[in-house]
Amino acid sequence: MMRYLIPLFAFIVLAAFLLVGLTLNPRQVPSPLIDKPAPIFQLNHLHEPDRLMASQDNLGKVWLLNVWASWCVACRDEHPLLVQLANSGIVPIYGLNYKDERTTALQWLKRYGDPYTISIVDPDGKVGIDYGVYGVPETYVIDKKGIIRHKQIGPVTVDALQNTIIPLIIELQKQA
Amino acid sequence: MLKNYDLYSFVVSRQFNGIKGLFIIFFLFLLIPSVGCSKEAVPVAEDPVIEKRMLALTMDLRCLVCQNESIADSRADFSNDIRREIREQIKANKTDQEIVQFLVDRYGDFVLYNPPMKPTTILLWFGPLILFIIGLGSLMIYLRRRRVQIEDVSLSQVQLERAEALLNENKKGKNV
Repeated sequence: MMRYLIPLFAFIVLAAFLLVGLTLNPRQVPSPLIDKPAPIFQLNHLHEPDRLMASQDNLGKVWLLNVWASWCVACRDEHPLLVQLANSGIVPIYGLNYKDERTTALQWLKRYGDPYTISIVDPDGKVGIDYGVYGVPETYVIDKKGIIRHKQIGPVTVDALQNTIIPLIIELQKQA
Repeated sequence: MLKNYDLYSFVVSRQFNGIKGLFIIFFLFLLIPSVGCSKEAVPVAEDPVIEKRMLALTMDLRCLVCQNESIADSRADFSNDIRREIREQIKANKTDQEIVQFLVDRYGDFVLYNPPMKPTTILLWFGPLILFIIGLGSLMIYLRRRRVQIEDVSLSQVQLERAEALLNENKKGKNV
């Protein structure tokens, strides 16, 4: 009996590992920046290029940093959701326009709606490297102390918003 | 902008016939002065020492966009940016360890093709060895058991006598 059971058992273990492997997404590389202070930046506004925004300006509130670009197709998918989220007033969204042209970015926002409290530009992707951006869109949840609490890699989905991002934001807003 | 070689292949791929051919040849003549001063894309770093160090470093770093390519080989925008960043850091006299640490801080151990030995990577480092030892162990147990089994198959006294009787019977049969 044992001589049949052992290979069967080994097969089940192997199959279980492979099954779990199938559900994992190799593109989702966990960020080492989670629970670390958000990298500090000082960037020009998209709409008013002369104005600067510093990341420290947002200390004391929970905010989202959404990395997007007009050349990014997946950004179009998540955009209606961001507009909805901004309209709900749950959390301010700041847009980091990543390696883009100012004029096309502005046109894009005009066309698809502008959910951003402030849009800032990172034309050469320097701040993107600091935040470990490797595929737009990416969205960071940053708490009142300026610590990154969550990173959404790829487009924000209804599921991610309802089950992860919004509950986390509400939780973080309760904290001092 | 149409590059010179594009136009060349355009001309070569079509037959010179009639006015169209003449027109193209005329157009080529117009290009002659610009051929002399058009340049190949200028490499970003002209310093071969920096380039060599950058290449040696990026050979062991994973491009997060096309994950089976190193940053040295990849033509993805991401890799381009990282190469530029590394060149700048080399120019700023950073050591190789500092540069690698800079990237690990932002993108995690996943950028390294050569993962560090840590509690989370113990299985990665020693898993194959453990599997090998398990395999070797079970092979030895199996072989030992088989030897015992072979030795065990000795005939009992009764069986021996029966076998002898059968053999004798056979001999007698032949004699008849």
